[in-house]
Amino acid sequence: MSDSKFKNPIVAWIDYRLPVFSFMEHELHEYPTPKNLNYWWNFGSLAGIILVIMIVTGIVLAMHYTAHTAFAFDSVERIMRDVNYGWLIRYVHMNGASAFFIVVFIHIFRGMYFGSYKSPREILWILGVVIMLIMMATAFLGYVLPWGQMSFWGATVITNLFSAIPIVGDSIVTLLWGGFSVDNPTLNRFFSLHYLLPFVLVGIVVLHIVALHQHGSNNPIGIDTKSPQDTIPFHPYYTVKDLFGLGVFLVLFFGFVFFAPNYLGHPDNYIEANPLVTPPHIVPEWYFLPFYAILRSFTADALIYLPISWLMSAKLAGVLAMFASIMVLFILPWLDHSPVRSARFRPLYKQFFWLLVIDCIILGICGAKPAEAPWTYIAQAATAYYFLHFIVILPLLGFFEKTKPLPTSISEPVLKGGGGASSAASAKPMEKA
Amino acid sequence: MASSADKAGDGAHGAEEGETRRDFLMLATGAFGAFGAAAAAWPLIDQMNPAADTLASSSTEVNLEPIKPGQRVLIKWRGKPVFIVRRTKAQIDEARAVKLADLVDPETDEARAKKAEWLIIVGVCTHLGCIPAGTKEGELKGEFGGWFCPCHGSHYDTSGRIRKGPAPKNLPVPAYEFLSDKLVKIG
Amino acid sequence: MRKYLMSVAAAVSVAVLASSNAMAAGGAVKPPEQQWSFSGLFGTFDRGSLQRGFQVYNEVCSACHSVRLLAYRNLMDIGFTEDQVKKIAAAKEVTDGPNDEGEMFKRPARPSDRFVKPFPNEQAARAGNNGAFPPDLTLMTKARVGGADYLHALLTGYKQPPKDKKVAEGMSYNLYFAGNQIAMAPPLSEGAVEYADKTKATVAQMAHDVTTFLSWAAEPELEWRKRMGVKVILFLLILTGLLYGVKRKVWSDLH
Repeated sequence: MSDSKFKNPIVAWIDYRLPVFSFMEHELHEYPTPKNLNYWWNFGSLAGIILVIMIVTGIVLAMHYTAHTAFAFDSVERIMRDVNYGWLIRYVHMNGASAFFIVVFIHIFRGMYFGSYKSPREILWILGVVIMLIMMATAFLGYVLPWGQMSFWGATVITNLFSAIPIVGDSIVTLLWGGFSVDNPTLNRFFSLHYLLPFVLVGIVVLHIVALHQHGSNNPIGIDTKSPQDTIPFHPYYTVKDLFGLGVFLVLFFGFVFFAPNYLGHPDNYIEANPLVTPPHIVPEWYFLPFYAILRSFTADALIYLPISWLMSAKLAGVLAMFASIMVLFILPWLDHSPVRSARFRPLYKQFFWLLVIDCIILGICGAKPAEAPWTYIAQAATAYYFLHFIVILPLLGFFEKTKPLPTSISEPVLKGGGGASSAASAKPMEKA
Repeated sequence: MASSADKAGDGAHGAEEGETRRDFLMLATGAFGAFGAAAAAWPLIDQMNPAADTLASSSTEVNLEPIKPGQRVLIKWRGKPVFIVRRTKAQIDEARAVKLADLVDPETDEARAKKAEWLIIVGVCTHLGCIPAGTKEGELKGEFGGWFCPCHGSHYDTSGRIRKGPAPKNLPVPAYEFLSDKLVKIG
Repeated sequence: MRKYLMSVAAAVSVAVLASSNAMAAGGAVKPPEQQWSFSGLFGTFDRGSLQRGFQVYNEVCSACHSVRLLAYRNLMDIGFTEDQVKKIAAAKEVTDGPNDEGEMFKRPARPSDRFVKPFPNEQAARAGNNGAFPPDLTLMTKARVGGADYLHALLTGYKQPPKDKKVAEGMSYNLYFAGNQIAMAPPLSEGAVEYADKTKATVAQMAHDVTTFLSWAAEPELEWRKRMGVKVILFLLILTGLLYGVKRKVWSDLH
């Protein structure tokens, strides 16, 4: 104990028995981080902070919320009107969901751009996709709780997706509802699960960080760190950089919370749920729009449906395509087998990456539009391109793309000129020595 | 941003130096951050205080007409039990005869009952919140003819004052007013 | 990196614009924009307009429409005194009980009571309104695309139907209502109320006032929210500036 690295005797005493301080010291202070991470690397820790904000505000809201169809809407309005600071807490929670998705989407695209999913970080990436899936489930369940019109009809539409499953579909839907329509039993279990899932999320986030710290962060150049010169301790360099990023984020976030709290929401959700009236346009929250567009793209006459029309109904195809659009991310590390990580050294991939970003935005716009021409055709084309990118373009790029020469280390200046001469084979340095 | 990598520095491990530096900028930032965290914590705590509708929760009006002399009734006000007692002459005299010096929590009966005949008190033992027995016919009334808390043995007199046992204070008197001879508004 | 940042920002703003346009589409004419005292970063509710708006609601709208999420005590927030509120409440009757005999009974409303609804339930409301259900108005400005502008436009949007449009029996033609046929007869007419402050009760004036009142009913926290927002944002800007300074300082030994 006398040789403890902690000067404070109480800290040393505790650490000798429960090494929490050693752990923090190791993870924060000694943990070597590439020195060249740019601001796109802020979004991971930002997502973690938003998760904490969501859990804290959520626990507080649950102290006032009543999960019963007769009282849910009014209990939310009571939070908005009578509970001390209730409106603030609820608006933070509401807009926090949107912020969470913005941040996580940017985090995911950053991973794609810089090839962060490649060996040895495949499991890190897969855990990330699992996190996104659970986030989507949690967000959907939470949107049902205020029991507005969009809550009710969103729940009806999404649970009905499962009716597309052959033979057992209808039984599954009845099981999910706990009745014959979305009703009180449904609301109750949705509340229970909405409370549970964020803690599951925390568990997976911990695994995500364990996997990250196994080999350390990727970096904008995408080559492995080689010497101590390539790295700096996480604390204080990245803690302070993350805090600055957090400050910028909070300014924007609270701009929404205080001055446009309902901008990202839908007016229909301020009408109490009515099982006998469907709103004219059912639109999911903005973060689901691209997936919603993929779902709606599969109509009986759609070109993309024809090749599989003998196999399944258009309804099932749409549902499967929507799930496949996320599932394809699970195998992304193997679809993209180029040995070079960062798009900086992959001129073709860089262009296809931005095409994919635009494609996703187009899908999002289509998802918000009514299901009529020309939006249906645009959505179908965008859906086709989405899968084309992952299943065809990425594997082919791995074979044919001429990558730029990689620098030998992070610390060394990037070699200028002498571009296209070297082939993918010259990209060997990224492999772990 | 990323080009910082280009200028290879051997100051990569100058962290300790940076950390121990306690200059004005660091202090100001720390102070601002701490203030922000405290300000953010307050709404999360204050939300547990009674909400506006709870604070405004209505008063209760009680019709005293059916209560006979000597009778004790229990009504609910703001979720709590309230004892209303139409005291007999003997009970009033007994309560008023007590010397203040003998009381744990000295308070005259005159100060506790606006009209001597009517005693209105909150029926929550000041020890740990049980409801003292004695309101219903046949319940123990304790050594002083008032109430007896079965949880830990506190005895209250006919004015609801603590006389014996662990409770520190008299049974509290809620705000009330007589709207007429036979109608009282509590709260 | 800046180039990409900007292109992403541009793409996102296009997407947001496009989606908000999609929401505005609804088959009716887009409501014209009005000047509201409560819009903008520092907007507050005009107290006079709020109180006049309450009068319009109370004397006109409340015959059919409820504002069930408001309590009479809330009126103190818009400048009524406690005694005025007690009087306003006492003019209405609420059902309470059961009493000692097990009967429900009527009593005058108190400030802590919620606004009394004109009809006990939806069925009764439909029965009294030719089958149409007058919606609750508490959240109306939040529950409609266009918010206050839409509400104002709807109240002033009663027009003679064009020759080629047929309006069904018992319905009225309204320029801004989805489908243009609305079951509510024109609710406001010149001089329908007599304002205590001698403001001339034109249809536009009453529509403006009652919309202001209902905007407050939907967002009673608005003034507080904006006041607090200005302070919080200013605080965060300073804190972020300081953090940027610290970041520069910490990283300076690397460059």
